[in-house]
Amino acid sequence: MATMLEQPEAVTADLTPDPMLPMPYRIQRVKQETDDTFTLEILPEDSGKGFSFAPGQFNMLYVFGVGEVPISISSDPDDAPLLKHTTRVVGTVTKAMRQLKRGEIMGIRGPFGSHWPVEEATGRDVVIAAGGIGLAPLRPALYRLMAEREKCRKIVLLYGTRTPEDILYRQELEQWRGKFDLEIQVTVDRAASSWRGNVGVVTTMIPRAPFDPTNTVAMVCGPEVMMRFTVMELLKRGVAPERTYLSAERNMKCGIGFCGHCQYGPTFICKDGPVFAFPRIAAILGRSEI
Amino acid sequence: MTAEPLHVGDTVVIEKENLEQLLQALATRGYEVLGPTLREGAIVYDRLTSTEDLPAGWTDEQAGGKYRLKRRKDNALFGYVVGPHSWKKFLHPPLQRLWQAARNGKGLRILPEEERSKPKYAFIGVRACELHAIAIQDKVFLEGQFVDPGYKARRENLFLVAVNCGQAGGNCFCASMKTGPKATSGFDLALTELAQDGRHYFLAEVGTVSGGEVLSEAPHQPADDTDRQHAARLLDHTTRHMGRRLDTRGIKELLYRNYEHPQWDSVTERCLSCANCTMVCPTCFCTTVEDVTDLTGQHAERWRRWDSCFTVDFSYIHGGSVRATPRSRYRQWMTHKLATWIDQFGVSGCVGCGRCITWCPVGIDITVETGAIRESDSAKVPVDHNKDAP
Amino acid sequence: MIHTLEPILRDHPFFQGMEDRHIQLIAGCSMNVRFEAGQVIFHEGDPADHFYLIREGLVSVQFVIPHDGLTTVQTVGGGEVLGWSWLFAPYRWHFDARTQQPTHALAFDGKCLRAKCDEDHDLGYEIYKRFMQIVTERLESTRLQLLDMYGNHA
Repeated sequence: MATMLEQPEAVTADLTPDPMLPMPYRIQRVKQETDDTFTLEILPEDSGKGFSFAPGQFNMLYVFGVGEVPISISSDPDDAPLLKHTTRVVGTVTKAMRQLKRGEIMGIRGPFGSHWPVEEATGRDVVIAAGGIGLAPLRPALYRLMAEREKCRKIVLLYGTRTPEDILYRQELEQWRGKFDLEIQVTVDRAASSWRGNVGVVTTMIPRAPFDPTNTVAMVCGPEVMMRFTVMELLKRGVAPERTYLSAERNMKCGIGFCGHCQYGPTFICKDGPVFAFPRIAAILGRSEI
Repeated sequence: MTAEPLHVGDTVVIEKENLEQLLQALATRGYEVLGPTLREGAIVYDRLTSTEDLPAGWTDEQAGGKYRLKRRKDNALFGYVVGPHSWKKFLHPPLQRLWQAARNGKGLRILPEEERSKPKYAFIGVRACELHAIAIQDKVFLEGQFVDPGYKARRENLFLVAVNCGQAGGNCFCASMKTGPKATSGFDLALTELAQDGRHYFLAEVGTVSGGEVLSEAPHQPADDTDRQHAARLLDHTTRHMGRRLDTRGIKELLYRNYEHPQWDSVTERCLSCANCTMVCPTCFCTTVEDVTDLTGQHAERWRRWDSCFTVDFSYIHGGSVRATPRSRYRQWMTHKLATWIDQFGVSGCVGCGRCITWCPVGIDITVETGAIRESDSAKVPVDHNKDAP
Repeated sequence: MIHTLEPILRDHPFFQGMEDRHIQLIAGCSMNVRFEAGQVIFHEGDPADHFYLIREGLVSVQFVIPHDGLTTVQTVGGGEVLGWSWLFAPYRWHFDARTQQPTHALAFDGKCLRAKCDEDHDLGYEIYKRFMQIVTERLESTRLQLLDMYGNHA
């Protein structure tokens, strides 16, 4: 046998031996969150095959005979093997997914990708800036931070959506406000006058948010343009670029670095991301058609 | 003839007539022997039942967008370079079923592809550039965080007989990419075809223990210095007559700082986004998946097939394609091949085989495009500040 | 004479870097105001003779849109500045401002300040510089709102 280079160990921890094979999961609940957003709650058919995950990671969700899409995990890692995925209906697969009912079965491959650096928050302030459905991939990080609340200092959640009707996990946000020592500021792009709260883009909340920029970890997730401007404001306020993290998104077919679709400059979003420290993608963020 | 076992590094001489026994030795060991054959006006990789199937006496003339076969004056078995096929056709097949799934009642069963019989390929006539291309795809499928089990199985049982190029092709630039023309590692056997004083023979170098075992079944003699010098001169000649050159100095940084170079606009005027280059490139590995069901909806399959970053929907993400323009797609391909690949895999993605130049319908030449960018490094669309002055 | 509001102005980030004599001039045009929740500070079309530095509370910038009713396009909270129409003719408000919560602010007499800026161009420069910053920030913010980035294509 002729090989030029060493072959490394295959990664099998928490994954099936063939990472292209989906595992059967049964739907426990389908919850409509907002007008166009819903959450699937699922459990593994084979309870032995469940897995935990790190906040920020994603799974490839397979709808029988229709196709597969990458969706961030938005449940509490401590609730594993239960998984929750929040998504919008944006194409054929998510449309089919929305039609699934409790008791039906689907396929899961994962968990894949890099994670939010919750460990780095120890001894620091944490700013979590979410836009729209970007709150979903950040929710597991919030759960983890709240589970060990004493480890970090201030926790500030800045959340912006289009209108008050689009606020995700609204009840949960209210609960957190009451229960935990965290600062939650919500804003919307526009509202009827009955809205009691901020109106304006989420970036406007950064200059006055109560955190110490010299000792902060920032986690940002939302539409690309929102992340770009949010990061700009954070850096303007003095947050270290290497402690500012974003979650990027691209077309994925395999989720494991073989199909080439998710390339973003020199990175593969499925394995180098989706969570990136800002310096890694600073040169290509905002560059057109990369 | 010697009965002593052959060791790694040994070089011997096989007469042309005895090459057949090398192929037979592989066949008896259960290898599916594959190599260059002549079909429909091109030299393509297919099953070899004997040395008769090799395109003896043929050569290829290649230029931008041009490939023609011509008769040679001699009867060389490997007197050409590379055609539209690359070995990825076998190691990373264009169409593969990944798994089947069946509904059973309320349940779901996934049926992985069984290994019917573990594929056992012997590649005959692998060029140095192609050895590098295989090693590059090894990096993608075997050395990352995940391993492709299908690729691993096909790769594990592979027997590689390399051939050192006796001439350089019109679009070849392996010397620039430091991937040839001499095969230096990664082979079981490496042959150099020589013709001297009416003799037609091969200098064979043993690359692995199993290579030595197989070779020992073909009648051979020890090689002497004359043979080796003859081979060395031939390779030197090939090196000095490359069809193309690519200056690779600082190429990664060069392309990273020229994302907005006007040369991309120039290429756009010619590039048809036909994806030929990605199909013939021996290192391009992009694929897509297709999920299908039967009419009853009870049985589903997932297939993987080759894909190309030149397609509009390659980068589609809810709403539109990130790389909507052909300009951005050509830029993506070339920048990936020559620059970002280095950051991803530690080596260039290009092995200098020239296939993309030959098979481009409009003859776009990656060496010329890179040269143009290098020549006017950091150029932007020129702005004439005086144009609208009163 | 030291106006009681001078120390507050001196400490406020908006007036940072201003000379004492300018702070004094501005303080002379300022006063403390309080609004209850749901109170209209001004209506679209009213003369714009003041601007406000919100100390505590939340103010909604609103438009009446036929069929949609009252729509909030922006809120101004503690530490932020409300209103720049006092700087530019015809000195009229372009929107409604309504408090959401009990709000405590510093109100500045625009007419008075305009006159002082005309007399002291250095003061004028300092005022315009700062308001230019506010306007730019609001413009950028509004552009992002316009992009509707959370829409279906986001």
